[in-house]
Amino acid sequence: MSGRARQRGLVEAVGAALISAVCYLGGMTLLLGQTLRWIVRGLAGRKTRLGGEALAAQCVRVGVRSVGIVALVQIFIGVILALQMTPPLKPWGQVDKIANIIGVAGFRMLGPIITAVVLSGFAGASIAAELGAMVGAEEIKALEAMALNPVRYLVVPRVLATVLMTVLLTVVADWMIAVGGYLASVVALGPDVYYGYWERMRTQLRLRDFLTGLVMAGVFGVLISIIACHEGLRVRGDAESVGRATTMTVVYSIVGIIVAACIFTVIFYVLKL
Amino acid sequence: MSEAADNSKASPVIRVVGLTKRFGGRTVLEGVDLEIYPGETMIIMGGSGTGKSTLLNMIIGSDFPDEGYVELLGRNLNELSEAELNALRLQFGILFQSGALFSSMTVGENVALPLREHTNLDEETIDIVVKIKLELVGLREAEDLMPAELSGGMRKRAGLARATALDPKILFYDEPSAGLDPVTSAEIDQLITALSRKLGVTSVVVTHEMDSAFRIADRIAMLDAGRIIKVGPRSEFEALRDGPPTGDERLDLIRQFLRGDSEGPITARRLSCGYEQDILRAAGGN
Repeated sequence: MSGRARQRGLVEAVGAALISAVCYLGGMTLLLGQTLRWIVRGLAGRKTRLGGEALAAQCVRVGVRSVGIVALVQIFIGVILALQMTPPLKPWGQVDKIANIIGVAGFRMLGPIITAVVLSGFAGASIAAELGAMVGAEEIKALEAMALNPVRYLVVPRVLATVLMTVLLTVVADWMIAVGGYLASVVALGPDVYYGYWERMRTQLRLRDFLTGLVMAGVFGVLISIIACHEGLRVRGDAESVGRATTMTVVYSIVGIIVAACIFTVIFYVLKL
Repeated sequence: MSEAADNSKASPVIRVVGLTKRFGGRTVLEGVDLEIYPGETMIIMGGSGTGKSTLLNMIIGSDFPDEGYVELLGRNLNELSEAELNALRLQFGILFQSGALFSSMTVGENVALPLREHTNLDEETIDIVVKIKLELVGLREAEDLMPAELSGGMRKRAGLARATALDPKILFYDEPSAGLDPVTSAEIDQLITALSRKLGVTSVVVTHEMDSAFRIADRIAMLDAGRIIKVGPRSEFEALRDGPPTGDERLDLIRQFLRGDSEGPITARRLSCGYEQDILRAAGGN
């Protein structure tokens, strides 16, 4: 009897978790839908301003401030890749292919994905904390009371800025990985690797390697900003829930980024992109 | 007060009819009726957890009732679309408990925001209006300060300037004296009275501060456990406060609240919540 009761408890727990997951995703989708609607309205120009000023401020906060850290991290990724690939390639006399591999891995995947992970901590967490604090200070209620839609006024500039900056930072990141690989070759790996490094990378890379990476970066930007705004606006007053919102933003963003990257890779593989 | 008496013949600007609100299984408001007339200052008063904030939220359309309705300036809030509600929102202003200034903007930009978003005024005119509104609350010198640089009282003044930016017909105040020292609190009360006189607005103030309530009220509505137990002019409440116990439990409850006594129907109710049964049940359970 107790075994059956326990079974039922388990089923209920799984069900409850499933329902809350569906509700959460539903809430996020709804927020994304509203955001897109306001962006379209803004572009159509029907007395809805997107707020160029707010957008610029958000771009600075999301992007400009994280350039340094993104570049630094990506240089290290390039160094790591170059050093780790040398032992398996050396017996086959293929160490010169390191340039080709770093090019593909960096531009297609590691550039966008590492940039997005860094930004989920840098931008996502701070967006969630900021919006959460605004909920606590009744600022969201005040916006609504002034007939100003919080999605239009707060979410739209943050989403646009995050998407724009994730894409731009990814361009920087791609090159930094390549630079990191080159630095490692010059310092440690010898002329077999660094001689003709850029030339081999150039012949290996196709425009689509670069563009698929940027498309992914854009989607990562949407994920990070929508998750951050959703978490921030869900905050209910107390300080503890602000902390929870920032943590969950980073956790969900990273999971979302990896899952999306996997889905994209499958799609690109099937479409031979 | 004489104004309130005159206005009782006019049609109310706010009509609350049979308002009921439940959160989960708990009934927070139960069949609340209230009418507020043009130009009067109505205090909604009650202890913590009696449903004051819930009632205010529903009057300003940021939450909706389970039963009953709110009629604001002749429009039933339950029947409005989001766009219609937004249009109505421009006709009333709210001073939130913390002031709710946008921390990324200066005081002047905060006051200018509703003007920039909802009017076609040019920047020069907006600048003039901002200065007038700030002067009205005695804060003209703080135009370029950030909210973080202001004291609690100044934040409320700035919030009030922003609430009046679009020349509203009704002003709502959520706990205007919360977190303020007695002198600043008295200043804010004076400002509320002055504003309703100068601008001729209807004021609705939610508070549990007795001193403040008696300074500014035309009429007072007393909330208890989700119901309005008495609505009347300030004089009736003053008489109740200063008079002897009446023997009527409802009135004595109000009297205890007004006087801030530690003994009376409110505390008696709390104490009589089956303490003995609780103990006996706990003992029996073992």
